[in-house]
Amino acid sequence: MEILGLLLEGFAVALEPINLALIVAGCIAGLFIGAMPGLGSVNGVAILLPMTFLVPPTSAIIFLGSLYYGAMYGGAISSIMLGIPGASTAVATTFDGRPMALQGKADRALVAAATASFVGGTISVVLFTLFAPPLADFALAFGPPEEFALLLLAFATFIGLGGDDIPKTFFSIFIGLMFSAVGLDIVSGNPRLIFFDLPGFYHGINFLVLAIGIYGIGEILWTVETTRGEMVVSRAAVTIRGVVRALADLRHNIRSMLMGSFLGYFVGILPAAGATPGSLMAYGVARTMSKNPETYGKGNVDGVVAPESANNAASTGSMLPMLTLGIPGSPTTAILLGGMVIWGLEPGPLLFIEHKEFVWGLIASLYAANLFALLINIAFIPAFLMVLRMPFTILAPVIFILCVVGGYAPTQDMHDVWLMLIFGVMGYLLRKLDYPLAPAVLAIVLGPLAEASVRQSLIMAHGSFGIFFERPISAIIMAIAIGLFAWPLFIAIRRRLSPGNAD
Amino acid sequence: MKHLGKTLALAAGISLAAGAGTLAVSSDAAATWKPKKPVEFVIMAGKGGGADRLARFIQGIIKKNKLAALPLVPINKGGGSGAEALRYLKDKQGDPHVIMATLNSYYTTPLRNPGLGVDISKFTPIARLAEDTFQLWVHSDTKIMSVKDYVAAVKKAGPKNWKMGGTGKGQEDSLVTAMLEGAYGIKVTYVPFKGGGTVAKQLIGKHINSTVNNPSEQIGFWKAGKSRALATFTPDRLKAFPDVPTFAELGQNLAYFMQRSVVAPGGIPADAEAYYVDLFDKVYKSADWQNYLTSKGLLPGWLTGKSLQDYFVKEREAHRKLLMSMGEIK
Amino acid sequence: MRRAELVMALFMAAFSLYIMWKSAELPVGWIEGEGPGGGAFPFWLAAGMLVCCGWIVLRWARRQSPPSRSEEPYMDRTALRVFAIGAGSLFVMIGLIHLVGVYVVIPLYLIFYMRGIGHHAWSVTASLALAMPVATFLFFEIALKITLPKGYTEPAFYPLYEMLL
Repeated sequence: MEILGLLLEGFAVALEPINLALIVAGCIAGLFIGAMPGLGSVNGVAILLPMTFLVPPTSAIIFLGSLYYGAMYGGAISSIMLGIPGASTAVATTFDGRPMALQGKADRALVAAATASFVGGTISVVLFTLFAPPLADFALAFGPPEEFALLLLAFATFIGLGGDDIPKTFFSIFIGLMFSAVGLDIVSGNPRLIFFDLPGFYHGINFLVLAIGIYGIGEILWTVETTRGEMVVSRAAVTIRGVVRALADLRHNIRSMLMGSFLGYFVGILPAAGATPGSLMAYGVARTMSKNPETYGKGNVDGVVAPESANNAASTGSMLPMLTLGIPGSPTTAILLGGMVIWGLEPGPLLFIEHKEFVWGLIASLYAANLFALLINIAFIPAFLMVLRMPFTILAPVIFILCVVGGYAPTQDMHDVWLMLIFGVMGYLLRKLDYPLAPAVLAIVLGPLAEASVRQSLIMAHGSFGIFFERPISAIIMAIAIGLFAWPLFIAIRRRLSPGNAD
Repeated sequence: MKHLGKTLALAAGISLAAGAGTLAVSSDAAATWKPKKPVEFVIMAGKGGGADRLARFIQGIIKKNKLAALPLVPINKGGGSGAEALRYLKDKQGDPHVIMATLNSYYTTPLRNPGLGVDISKFTPIARLAEDTFQLWVHSDTKIMSVKDYVAAVKKAGPKNWKMGGTGKGQEDSLVTAMLEGAYGIKVTYVPFKGGGTVAKQLIGKHINSTVNNPSEQIGFWKAGKSRALATFTPDRLKAFPDVPTFAELGQNLAYFMQRSVVAPGGIPADAEAYYVDLFDKVYKSADWQNYLTSKGLLPGWLTGKSLQDYFVKEREAHRKLLMSMGEIK
Repeated sequence: MRRAELVMALFMAAFSLYIMWKSAELPVGWIEGEGPGGGAFPFWLAAGMLVCCGWIVLRWARRQSPPSRSEEPYMDRTALRVFAIGAGSLFVMIGLIHLVGVYVVIPLYLIFYMRGIGHHAWSVTASLALAMPVATFLFFEIALKITLPKGYTEPAFYPLYEMLL
């Protein structure tokens, strides 16, 4: 019952007037940012992170946590209304959400998305509350070999879920990892990959630069092109009766909601996996489990419910490794992690011991944020439709300016702004050719961790790979990771061997 | 090995002598210059590390005590062990709105990267605020109670199985490790990590056997009873660790310091220099700063003007010898 | 689309080779008792990129990937125009920041985009073009103490700092 006491203390922190106000502000800001085409929780958290230096760290993380949640709710809105995912996490929501909107069932889709998000978020916070402290104790056992095994597992889950085009998925991972190697080699202490001797490369390529380039500039360029500057907005009338009826109808979708929540949470915990693969996986599982898989992609409510419950559950799940291990579970938590370091909080096992009020305040605030996000989401649905009707010729330049200023602010170096433009343009050109870009973004976050941990392990073991298999935790994780790597290969071989399917 | 140890001890002795020659330069020269915009406070290390925390702490003192009219804005340029910051400062020649917080990579980085074209004697020295110290640490679960036990344990384990954690190669921790190895004729496997904080955590998780952390990096774990300091790399015992002996007491003249100073680009107006010297004099004399020094095991060491520049040049030569003896530079 | 996929794969292959060459500045081999050298990680990643490019070209030749089967142009005339305006205007905007700073560039860019492309009324354009730099200044410089680049317009801000900070 120690947990309950800690949680109550956490609620005392979360429900302080300033924190409560920040939760509401975070949810609203997140909903709008998430609902904007091209902007998701990554951009929102990144852009608003510097503002949080004005308040104490606990209030700051509460604000950003609420923003993260709000953005997860909001991401579904443009997926459904415009068919453009508000963020990569809402990609799976477009599959059935968009057809529903086209069939005039936009209100049902929006309500389903919001409710599923609430269920997913709440289930995962409960799981978080119950299992965070034991995991924190466990976390000290993670040395360089375990870290590397964990990172390998993350990549394995990602590859298993990657696009159809295997070489392009791999290419994206490799290029992201390669960019992460720019800067300093900590093991030998030598600078490397300093392109054209530009001093700006000494600090490496900031993950934010790549993320804002791809998700901000690249995404807007893509949107401008695909829509020819004309946004098509579907009409949706939101009535109270419609909302109530939609809520009642959701009883048929409870199974998908629960499945999405649990799956999302566990995928979210795995470092590096995060909400995007979580939601895609949930969509895939829901379709496989369904009696009528052929209705998916044509406006099946389950196709909205499963990914939406999963992406919210995963966003909570991904905070667990961030807090307990100091390993980000998604690009957004990677930024949160950076924020914590600036606030002077060392994420890791000792966080739960040294900064109890911070951790439990955050957990309690997630319960509150979930509820507020649901209420605000439903209340604001008409307002979202207005913002999305704002002409894109106003939205686009404003977003571009935010990207440029946001890209400059963290390092205060114009070098990074130029790099961001290059990444944006290249990202756009590659995306047109079906190169998946999310793996590159995840790779640049994980790359330095992966390289350092493998090399530290090898130094510890004097060049022997045995170290990854001699230590029990590391060995188990390695085995799962290798299994996951082999699985798609196995499927591919079997498919190729089976007659009549020679592709 | 023995020879190396002597060279290192000699080098350390030089740094000690320079440290003792503290000179107080009068700061009452009325500063006529004032910043016209927020001053960039460049930190030559990444976010979250010891240097970063210290610089932000200084910024906090200035803000809290309203020592400056316009704020100092910290910017981390830790890339390439501070190569980025050094290059930036060089490019800002004559700009009085930039200052930089330094650590020992101020010497080692230009020595290891001659291509940078940075000559630190061309920068304007402002003030040395402290010298950080180093200690030899082990986990408190071990039976190692003294340096004697430590040397025996390392010898018993053999060089392959004794893991010493530290910051990047060629940086302070690896220099101190080399000094230790030379003095006691032992050999360890040096595992580099990203920062002192990570190193400390690895020791507590028992993934490495020992560290040469700064006291400020281990003090949290030490208070929690998870780690043990065996000896201090200083001539005198630290006030925060009265029970921990120094290597000098144990018969080895091992001493190494991390300087914490502030410098400005070269060619800035003399009155701008006077303004900053005056500002940091106030920081140095503040109660906050003096308390921090004592509680975190740092040594006071105010130094400014020409004597600081002489100190920097002398230290650079000492580090050149150190790095050469380690084979890191030619 | 088909030609674009090949060109992109070849371009990326060339880029991979450049990275391999650049990584080789540090040891790329195995250092006895220590593991891979400092350049090994980027070197072999770039090698992996090269292999992927080869694989992409192979699939292109066999027409296995959707773009390699697509008859559509990679960028038609409209797409190219929209892209050139979007990316080109950003290029000019970022370039101008070096000269005249953020606070001159923001209104200029908004006027260009909203008037020139969006054909919005002057009243809407002007109000946003005025509000955005003011909001940016208050948010970044005053609230966050982050100085944004100002180029030659810098001295104009000295009195503002004097007043507000």
